[in-house]
Formats: sequence, C-alpha cells, structure tokens
Amino acid sequence: MLAIARTLVARDLLLAMRRKSDVATALLFFVIVASLFPLGIGAEPNQLRAIAPGVIWVAALLSSMLSLVRLFAGDHADGTLEQMLLGAAPLGVVVAAKALAHWIVSGLPLVLIAPVIALQYDVAAPLYAVLALSLLLGTPILSIIGAIGAALTLGLRGGGVLLSLLVLPLYVPVLIMGAGAVEMAAAGLSSAGQLLLLGAFLVVAAAFAPWAAAAALRISME
Amino acid sequence: MTTQTQNIRWFWFSSPATFYPLAGTVAWIAGVLAAALMVAGLYVGFVVAPTDATQGEAYRIIYIHVAAAWMSMFLYVVMAAWSAVGLAMNARLSFMMARALAPTGALFTFIALWTGSLWGKPTWGTWWVWDARLTSELVLLFLYFGYLALQASIDDRRRSDRAGALLAIVGVVNVPIIYYSVQWWNTLHQGASVSLTRAPSMAKTMLLGMLLMALAFWMYSIAVTMVRVRCEIRENSV
Repeated sequence: MLAIARTLVARDLLLAMRRKSDVATALLFFVIVASLFPLGIGAEPNQLRAIAPGVIWVAALLSSMLSLVRLFAGDHADGTLEQMLLGAAPLGVVVAAKALAHWIVSGLPLVLIAPVIALQYDVAAPLYAVLALSLLLGTPILSIIGAIGAALTLGLRGGGVLLSLLVLPLYVPVLIMGAGAVEMAAAGLSSAGQLLLLGAFLVVAAAFAPWAAAAALRISME
Repeated sequence: MTTQTQNIRWFWFSSPATFYPLAGTVAWIAGVLAAALMVAGLYVGFVVAPTDATQGEAYRIIYIHVAAAWMSMFLYVVMAAWSAVGLAMNARLSFMMARALAPTGALFTFIALWTGSLWGKPTWGTWWVWDARLTSELVLLFLYFGYLALQASIDDRRRSDRAGALLAIVGVVNVPIIYYSVQWWNTLHQGASVSLTRAPSMAKTMLLGMLLMALAFWMYSIAVTMVRVRCEIRENSV
C-alpha cells in the first residue's frame, strides 16, 4: 500500500515538474494577492504588521484552492482516474497520495515563501518560524479537505467557482487557528494552543477526509 | 395468522408512491397548525408579553429570531441525517427529503441573521458584530448555499442526490468544529464585550411566546418540506 502511495506521489510530482508553469501560477497568485493588500489599505507599518497573518493565510487559502481544480481533472480527462477506481489499491490511499502530491506542489512552496511576504509586511523576525510552522501544519489540511470538493465538482460546469463555494466555509477553522497562532506569538504569548489544534485538525482530516473524497469520486464517476 | 401481518411494515411509506398521499395530508395538518401556532405566538409575543426593562420594545424581535436560529441549525442536522439514510439505504425518498429541507433551512438562517441585525442596531448600537454566534450562523448560511449550488449544477439526478448528501454529512461534521474555533477566535479578539449567554431571568409569558413561535416554525418547516417533496415525486415520476 505504501509502495502504491509512493509511486503515485512520484508520478504526480513528475507530471507537475513537466508543467512548471502551473505550479508557478499558483505561487505567483499567492505573492500578488498578498502584495495587493498594502496597495489597497495603505502602507502604515503598524497596520500592516497587524493584518499580516490574516492576509498571508487568506492568500494561502485562495492559492491552494486555485490549484485544487486540477487535482483530479487531468486524470479524469485521460481516463487514468477510471483505472485508479478499478485498480486494486484502496481508493482512499490513492486520494491521500494525490492530496499529498498536491500539497508538495502547492502548499510547501507557500511555507517557504511566506516569510518573504512577512518581511514585506514588517513582521518581527521571531514570528517567521511560527508563521512557517502554522502554514506547514495548516496547508496539508487545505489539500485533503479540498480533495473532497474537487472530487464532488469533477467535470461540472463552473467547477472552479463552485469548488470555492463548497470548500471555503470548511476552511474557516484552519484560517482561524493558523492566523491566530501568529497573532498570539505577536502579542508575546504562547502559540502552542493554536499549533496543537492545527496538528489535531491535520490528524483528523488525514484520517477521514481521504475516505470521504474517495466516496465522492465514486459518486462523480459512476 | 402469519407473522407477515403481525409485523409493522416500517418501510411501507419509504416508497414515493405511497408517501405522496401521506405527505399531502401531513402538509395540510402541519400547515394549519403552523398558522394557528404563529398567530398565538405572535399574539403572546407582541401583545401579552411585558416590555423588557432594559431593551424596551426592541427585544420583541427575539420571538422570530430565536425560533429561526433554532430551526436553521436543527434543519441542517435533519438534512444530514436524511442524507446519511439515503446513502446507507440507497433510498430515493430520503434524498428527496434532504433536498426539500435545504431551501427552508437556508431561509431560516437568513431570517435569523437578518432579525439578529435588526435587534443588534438598537441594542448593541451596530448592525453587525463578529460575535461567535453570528459568525457561525453566517458560515452555516454559506454551507447551505454550497449545498444548494452543488445540487443545482449537477444535471444527473442520481449523482446530484448523492453528491449533495456527502457534502451535507461533511458539513455537519464541521459545524461544531467551526462553532468552537469561531468562539475561541472571538474571545481572542475582543473579549466578552457582548454576550447572549447570560440570559436574564425571563418572564414566563416571554418563554411561552418563544416556544409557540419555535413550534410554529417547526410545523411550517414540515408543511413546506412535504409540499416540496410532493413536487419532487411528481417531477421524478414523469
């Protein structure tokens, strides 16, 4: 089972490498959205420092969702997905592997680039680690829960907009805890509570969401 | 006498064809009850109940607001329960029930938010605060909209039923998580500036009015859902 998951992750990563522009688009989107806020709100450093965690997290949510549409679409179009459904591997494992690959491509770069955005927002240097850690724990949840939405909206007209309507309300707890962790640290308090809760969300989502997404895939493909 | 006749046939009404006439009868009864209870509830709420000492007459919106808020959450749970039954038993009627409940649930969520802000303006001095309850009610409205939008955008009946059911179940698992994280977020941000929870000792007539309105909305939901289920059955038996 692990071997199947490893193969699938490697395959999806290879496919992503062959189409670097898709990966870059979502990343650039993140950077651009985060850069737009100071232009709209004003460059007052205190204000920027206050809104930085929220803005970075909302931008991460949107950017992760942007690439979710493609999570199953490519495999659906060329028939690979049907073979995966027919194959011997448990569908939940297949979904989990694809979500993991999606996170490596779309979530992990955000973790690495977020401190640079935080620099633009004049966030204090000790907070970079908390911000990166909260994104490291939080963005995988976005990929796994998003997989349910991507599976449900597979092949529908207006799938992208619909996907955001389905998935964004479910992202609310992750946003609250993720941005909350950085805000707590900024206030000089311990952010352990939020980070631990994020970790708990991740464990629960990783345990259940792949199976829900697998059920959704079966519904969409029958 | 065979055992066949002694057993109650629990699933007799699970067939759309046999449920159709029953739904018509239930819709009538529930509709009449809803009208009567609503008249009684509004009379108690707006005429009999005393004026609140601190909030004046403005508090009377709660007779609609509280009942609507209860129904909005209750209906989502009922919808998810019917969805689960539908997925587990592969019963068409269960999906129809879930589908018929959604618009009423969304309506009550909207009414709860709307009347809440009408109450908030004279009482808190603002139309909207990011109170935990308001925020989670808003997220609940988004969940209802997501369900309705998903169902509307799938033409294939079977897929639309089952996809909506799965979404409703995922949503109902998330509702408590959303509620508690919003509550925590709220306390982090602004402390306990406004609290709905410390309810002052309520006059008996106030409580009576609220209960009557809750029952009225409950009956209304049943009546409207039954009418909508009958439409669904007709649409699908063509």
